[in-house]
Amino acid sequence: MTTHNLEEPKYNFEVVKWFTITSVIYLVVGTLLGTYIASELAFPALNFDSPYLSFGRLRPLHTNAVIFAFGGSVLMATAYYIVQRTSNVRIWSDKLAWFTFWGWNTVIVLAVITLPLGFTSGKEYAELEWPIDILIAVVWLAFMFNFMMTLATRKTSHIYVANWFYLGMMIMITYLHVGNSMAIPVTLMKSYSAYSGVQDAMVQWWYGHNAVGYFLTAGFLGIMYYFVPKQAELPIFSYRLSVLHFWALMFGYAWLGAHHLQYTALPDWTGSLGAAVSIAMIIPSWGGAINGMMTLSGAWHKLRDDYVLRFLIVSLAFYAMSTFEGPVMSLKTVNALSHYTDWTIGHVHSGALGWVAMVSIGAIFHMVTRLWNRELYSTALVNLQFWMSTIGAVIYICAMWVSGIMQGLMWRATDDYGNLMYTFVESVDAMHPYYVLRALGGLIFFLGAVLMLYNVVMTIRQPAGAAVSATSKA
Amino acid sequence: MSFQEKTEKNVWLLAGVLAITLLVAGIVEIVPLYYLPDTMETLTEQEDHIRPYTALELEGRDIYIREGCYLCHSQMIRPFRDEKERYGHYSLAVESKYDHPFQWGSKRTGPDLARVGGKYSDEWQRQHLMDPRALVPESVMPRYPWLATNTIDTSITESKLRALSIVGVPYTESDFAHAASEVQGKTEMDAMIAYLQVLGTMVDFQEGKDYRQ
Repeated sequence: MTTHNLEEPKYNFEVVKWFTITSVIYLVVGTLLGTYIASELAFPALNFDSPYLSFGRLRPLHTNAVIFAFGGSVLMATAYYIVQRTSNVRIWSDKLAWFTFWGWNTVIVLAVITLPLGFTSGKEYAELEWPIDILIAVVWLAFMFNFMMTLATRKTSHIYVANWFYLGMMIMITYLHVGNSMAIPVTLMKSYSAYSGVQDAMVQWWYGHNAVGYFLTAGFLGIMYYFVPKQAELPIFSYRLSVLHFWALMFGYAWLGAHHLQYTALPDWTGSLGAAVSIAMIIPSWGGAINGMMTLSGAWHKLRDDYVLRFLIVSLAFYAMSTFEGPVMSLKTVNALSHYTDWTIGHVHSGALGWVAMVSIGAIFHMVTRLWNRELYSTALVNLQFWMSTIGAVIYICAMWVSGIMQGLMWRATDDYGNLMYTFVESVDAMHPYYVLRALGGLIFFLGAVLMLYNVVMTIRQPAGAAVSATSKA
Repeated sequence: MSFQEKTEKNVWLLAGVLAITLLVAGIVEIVPLYYLPDTMETLTEQEDHIRPYTALELEGRDIYIREGCYLCHSQMIRPFRDEKERYGHYSLAVESKYDHPFQWGSKRTGPDLARVGGKYSDEWQRQHLMDPRALVPESVMPRYPWLATNTIDTSITESKLRALSIVGVPYTESDFAHAASEVQGKTEMDAMIAYLQVLGTMVDFQEGKDYRQ
């Protein structure tokens, strides 16, 4: 029996390792695609008159790559890592875990093939056609079932807070994906949404905003709740706050989608309801950010030399900033200006680059040292990447603030006689310098991701046993 | 033991409470849109010329979706003075009642297209799709030369109409019968232009009438 235990270690970290490696690769691929399409908007010759490289087909590939390939891999890596360690038990089914790994990566390969070929359902962030949607649903349910069974067989008395967030995310994403993907197939690669017009718009933005609210927020708050206290070697600031903001976030986030449809043909009550709850959401959002940041209270000096912790804490600063910006943008008067402009794109990226990517990068570095039991190859490179990521994200966000507000103001500007002051194309022309800057910001962030891939590969290739000082259990 | 503590000790209870909590907003915001009478504007017979897309327009719409046009062009005019000046009357919910999926969009890298129908000639649209910068030097839109050479695949046109009729678009037997022949020999460019030229033209707006509460 003793030898058996040695051959089969307590936790299944193999599947975590694979998801960790793929997530770093997908971060490089996703940000490369983003930089490329950003450059297409600055220099349209980069479309090369090719259908497969045109902006309209590559943009869904970029969003799918960063959200589902990168974000999904990070969520699965960390969920399997956290649920095993905090439950003090091996994952319930190794087979199901490997099924989710190969299934999810099959989805990604199919996306890479079908999206540039123009197979799309035409709904933002849910472009993949119906057979792939079915595969996503099957893999997702396997992931959720395995996760729940692991929690059900846990050896600890309570379910740790990070797992609540993962579970909420899994249930909500199941609703959203199934609800929004309802379609009537024509052929294997062509279908029409089951909903039309105004109802389709509401279903789509219920999905679209909650993909942000649950996939990219709740799931990554789960990451925060495990990795911030672990990396800081301190307990989470307040248990009570985590309970309150968890339930407020779970109940509240689901209402926000309607704020994407202010002043459209969606009835006014729906948009106003979405905006009202959006404003209230500052409280639970900041509850999470404060809980994470205040965990460091009394130990701020750790930020001076722990670069991994820097990624985690600065990501929370970006999170607090963009969850303040979001409610402001949902106000009707602000939305009248900001909607349809680059400001929205900037807002998304302050969340995506500043929050999601940076908290993930911190978590991945933390896991890599423990999964492979090695010191990081180069902390200097981590520090360099930290500054590249931060500066890249800030350049991106600032460029989009300026261009977005400028667009909004140019479109509505009238002269003394009440005539429009600018033609539409004058606003396009005015965007050029900001589109160049945005591409530059993205490029810097992408180069940081390349450094990370190099750093992670070199770390793994070091001789084993270069043990980390803090390999405390669970 | 508090209820919170119970949920922290029983994963099935936690999942059950979450499953209900997470569903509330979706039900409250989506379901009423199917029965509240105010959701769709009521139009007089004189105003209402809303019809399903012809086979050629529908094929054009599918190309619009395939090329991801909705990622840079909205089809939803808001009730603001500048949008009325630039694009025309604000969009109504009834105008997209046959749109599976909706194409309202979320970003205007290019201008809104909700009422682009009839605004430019077919020939202008053709030249613009072939080379946008030949007509609008500052444009950042990609060129779409392949639309001119690809012909429409007529074999699934009828199935497309039948699929849409299952989800409520009132196509008739005669529409099904003539679907393939209507698009026979047409290029993707022809279809795209047919679609663009019908956008926003199906309602005769009455001057001064308020269509929305």
